[in-house]
Amino acid sequence: MTELLHELQMALTSYALITAFAVVGVTVLFSYWFSRRFTAGRVHGSAIAIVIGLAMAYVGGVMTGGSKGIADFPMLAGVGLMGGAMLRDLAIVATAFGVRMDEFKSTGLSGIVSLLTGMVSSFIIGGIVAYGAGYHDAVSVTTIAAGAATFIVGPVTGSAIGASSEVIAISIAVGLVKAVVVMIATPFVARYIGLDNPRSALIFGGLVGTTSGVAGGLAATDPKLVPYGAMTATFYTGIGCLLGPSVFFLLFSALLGA
Amino acid sequence: MVIYGTALLSLCLLAGMLAGEALGWMMGVEANVGGVGIAMLLLMVATDRLKAARRLRPASDEGVLYWSAIYVPIIVAMAASQDVARAINGGAAAIVAGVLVVAVAFALVPVVGRIGLPKPTPETRKDA
Repeated sequence: MTELLHELQMALTSYALITAFAVVGVTVLFSYWFSRRFTAGRVHGSAIAIVIGLAMAYVGGVMTGGSKGIADFPMLAGVGLMGGAMLRDLAIVATAFGVRMDEFKSTGLSGIVSLLTGMVSSFIIGGIVAYGAGYHDAVSVTTIAAGAATFIVGPVTGSAIGASSEVIAISIAVGLVKAVVVMIATPFVARYIGLDNPRSALIFGGLVGTTSGVAGGLAATDPKLVPYGAMTATFYTGIGCLLGPSVFFLLFSALLGA
Repeated sequence: MVIYGTALLSLCLLAGMLAGEALGWMMGVEANVGGVGIAMLLLMVATDRLKAARRLRPASDEGVLYWSAIYVPIIVAMAASQDVARAINGGAAAIVAGVLVVAVAFALVPVVGRIGLPKPTPETRKDA
């Protein structure tokens, strides 16, 4: 019996990506059933699936002590491949298929405004919270503030300006909290912020910025909006990595007199 | 052939990533600037042209549509492989900053949405 279990485990591990398709498929199936049965479809199935995914990631992280959520179990390593940057980017680009160009042209200005507004507000709020938490040097404040942009901007900025690994870890945590909150909260607030058309989705992507958060949040709200939000969000991290160690670092240095 | 669609999609992604890396290199940052966004634009332009020239058959469409349809499950897998434990253990400062920044970004969506519209008042309806 234990031998059989061992064999099964071997099979699941060596076919990791296939295991992932099966596990995710069952999760999605359960989520849509749950959505119909208990919420009468009011909470979208994909929103429930994403929350279950996050919960599994938490359990995986606590049990294995790793950083890749449930994918740190050898048997479920394929989930990491399936949800990794490569296939995620391929799928995001595929959502642009059949989207009409003119829907983007009319939002050019507000797209740029949303990117800059999102960036500035993230850094201001991140900076204030960092200062309030007892970090008063420009390097630490900038790094934590950069984490409030995305969990990539944080460490990139931090290593560029020489932040300590403790501060970089906090900046990553801020970015992760942001991504998780966006994924969960977006479908619930969508109605109140007018997030129901391509134009507002584009602005949403620029303001929020975190690609995983935007992608997850919009997928849970209305998958048709995904290409628009993803389009602007994809520029956010790059611009953040540009402005974080330069403009914002100089700004915080001047403010804090360090 | 289905693979033509998938190959077109892949080529667009690769070209976009390359352009994003080049853009990052020119700006002097170690990050991909807008690679995925550029790839999306490439795919839109490419399919538009090919459709107009009747060079893209419905079977080729399937090669793109599959990946578009599998998007939500991929996002579920992405969610399941996030470092959620670290986010929660990141301390009060991380949680406060993360939640606040999202709340403000959400609140700004309708504000920024008004920029670039013909007129903010609902009475004036211009067909601009």
